Amino acid sequence: MNEAVTKSKAVDIKEAIPGAVLSEENGALIVAPDKLVEFGRYLKDNAGYDYLSSVTGVDYLTYPGRDSSNRFEVVYHLYSIERGGGPLVLKVRLPEENPEVPSLVPVWPGANFQEREIWDLYGVRFTGHPNLRRILLWEGFNGHPMRKDWHEAYYEADHKPFKSRTPEGHPIHAEERVPWHDNIVLPEGWDPDQWQEPVHVVPLPPTKGHVREGIQTERVVVNVGPQHPSTHGVFRMIMELDGETIVAMEPEMGYLHRNHEKIGERNTWIMNIPFTDRLDYINSMTNNLGYVLAVEKLMGMEVPERAEYLRVIMSELTRILNHFVAIGFLFNDLGAFYTPMLYGLEERELILDLFEMASGSRMMCNYMRFGGVARDVPEEFIPFARKLVNERLPRVIDEINRYLTKNEIFLYRARGVGVLPRETAIAYSASGPVLRASGVKYDVRRAEPYSIYDRFDFDVVTEEGGDVYSRYMVRLREIMESRKILSQALDQIPEGPIITGKKKYSFRPPMGDAYARIEAPKGELGYYVVSDKTNNPYRYHVRAPSFINLTSLEPMLVGYKVADSVVVLGSVDIVLGEVDR
Amino acid sequence: MFGSGIIRGLSITFKHLVETYVDDLKAVPSRYKYGRELIKQEPDEKGFFTIQYPEEKRKLPEAFRYFPMLLYDDETGEERCTACGICANVCPAQCIWIERAKDPKTGKPKPKPQAFYIDTSLCMSCGLCAEFCPFDSIKMDKDYERASYGRWEDLLLDKERLLKPVSYYAQISPTQYRAEEEARAAKKKK
Repeated sequence: MNEAVTKSKAVDIKEAIPGAVLSEENGALIVAPDKLVEFGRYLKDNAGYDYLSSVTGVDYLTYPGRDSSNRFEVVYHLYSIERGGGPLVLKVRLPEENPEVPSLVPVWPGANFQEREIWDLYGVRFTGHPNLRRILLWEGFNGHPMRKDWHEAYYEADHKPFKSRTPEGHPIHAEERVPWHDNIVLPEGWDPDQWQEPVHVVPLPPTKGHVREGIQTERVVVNVGPQHPSTHGVFRMIMELDGETIVAMEPEMGYLHRNHEKIGERNTWIMNIPFTDRLDYINSMTNNLGYVLAVEKLMGMEVPERAEYLRVIMSELTRILNHFVAIGFLFNDLGAFYTPMLYGLEERELILDLFEMASGSRMMCNYMRFGGVARDVPEEFIPFARKLVNERLPRVIDEINRYLTKNEIFLYRARGVGVLPRETAIAYSASGPVLRASGVKYDVRRAEPYSIYDRFDFDVVTEEGGDVYSRYMVRLREIMESRKILSQALDQIPEGPIITGKKKYSFRPPMGDAYARIEAPKGELGYYVVSDKTNNPYRYHVRAPSFINLTSLEPMLVGYKVADSVVVLGSVDIVLGEVDR
Repeated sequence: MFGSGIIRGLSITFKHLVETYVDDLKAVPSRYKYGRELIKQEPDEKGFFTIQYPEEKRKLPEAFRYFPMLLYDDETGEERCTACGICANVCPAQCIWIERAKDPKTGKPKPKPQAFYIDTSLCMSCGLCAEFCPFDSIKMDKDYERASYGRWEDLLLDKERLLKPVSYYAQISPTQYRAEEEARAAKKKK
């Protein structure tokens, strides 16, 4: 039904702004760059596409049928919060020479970081962007690494398997190949000694110190991080303070950047599955699931019933696990030093035991395969999971409710702090518990059901407050909802095969692109893959929920006290492996 | 009442402390029933659960995987590997290197590995090599105590260090081994 709605709308949409839509290709609208902002505004205000989920860059340099006049492509995935359903895909094609596209930040502020990422990795300039700096790489980086013609120092080959790793039969180590001193090429005219890091990264009106009650005050810039126990990894918040109040904030990231997507393009399709484990290393199962769904969409694969159930069971266990960890670390940030976190980790251990039983590894599961799962679960899995889900978890959640939810210190510090209003949350492309805590009833499992989620009875949890407390409550209540799904799935799971056909390590999906998204515990996790009918993905993009949720960190923080920044960051629940990729 | 939250929190912490001992008292010999090296946590235990590694160890599930190993036949001493190279092709970290053996007389390549290296300093323990090996030759070992002083030379495993007898595999992964042997026998009959 949803598909039909988007279809019929798409017909009207195409004529709405004259000259905006150039053509339609495989369900995607090719938009003229100069009409993009106007068209975007129309879609947002009049057609109900209010949620810009993903912005992706693609370099079609070596793709068959493309030439230098349309080498770059920027792909936008728009959704409607109210209607749900599939995406409206916009594509903007740009020439090789001086690729420029107007920025969509004035319409959807959520495009901010994603456009900066494309500028950083592809060198596509977004005119009108308020702060077009590199985001993942440092300013002294030479070139744009995701371009197909960019090669790193000591470049090996475009695709694995590499021949150069073991010359003469003796493996050599990266350290021997890449000595520290001569793998750096600086951009022309860029002198590291002269360069000064911009301290005032957020464009601010120039201020003088002002007098308050007879005391001369001035604005101070404070760095939290990159090495700070409360930033959950190597992450930095640059905050400008007026007294104790935050007046501007800008996150700095990329310290863990390893160009996951370039690695992904060199891997074969199947090699990427263990690499997705390392994105959000707390939730490897859902990372696997998103990726295999995207490739299955590309190949038109069916998944056997039992495998679908196993996927749902693993995903929901992952959600429970993630929320326990998130709640635990939130309290750690609040100063409840490690006790609530260890209580959360205790439950996580048992879920990890289940993962280990099924996949062989506790964290890096590598469990999903195209068309099914890697292996069947052992006999003791289902009884163990039942006991955990039906007996232990209700008790544990009840206990958490008793000692954390109504704890007065927590209430004082979490209520009304870091408020993200509903409209801002949607405009800033927040997703997952952050979005739902702002009162938006949007869950991919219900809005665009994947796998077999349409069969289960569960509620989409929302809270109205939009503050730290609401985000905590959403997570806690989502554990209960996941428990509901799990007990249904564990009762209904049928016997049968766990994978379609024979497992293949080498295959060529048909030409084209596919985007699959799932409701990962941290938010909407999307994978955009492009195939050129070879063994390797032509393009492999991750719409990382932690990364995009950080866009809304600024509106959450500005106006609150500096001591709240740590708590608010904890309530967004980020994992730096996924933010930096 | 002001301060009641703190008291409630402390009482729960205290309850956890007591439950840890109650769990042990309830079931004598409790968690040591399979020996100190095979400890398993059950979901109905309420207290804290600690394992005093390295004196005590967890009971590993059968699926547990660490680094790969190569299997050879117990009786004949012949390795199962045919040097087909699928594992090296599927390896995401590109840490496997195989050299095909040559017949010493004719100089023709024969289906056996002359050299087989796995660089476990690169290995990401994903298990894809074992999953796609068509000859059941490469399997995942469960020996996780691999810390060593030599960062490169001790972690680069050659054929001698990789080879393990089939009986060892049958011992660490009995169910999987049985299923695979059945499949192999059925294949041979055909």
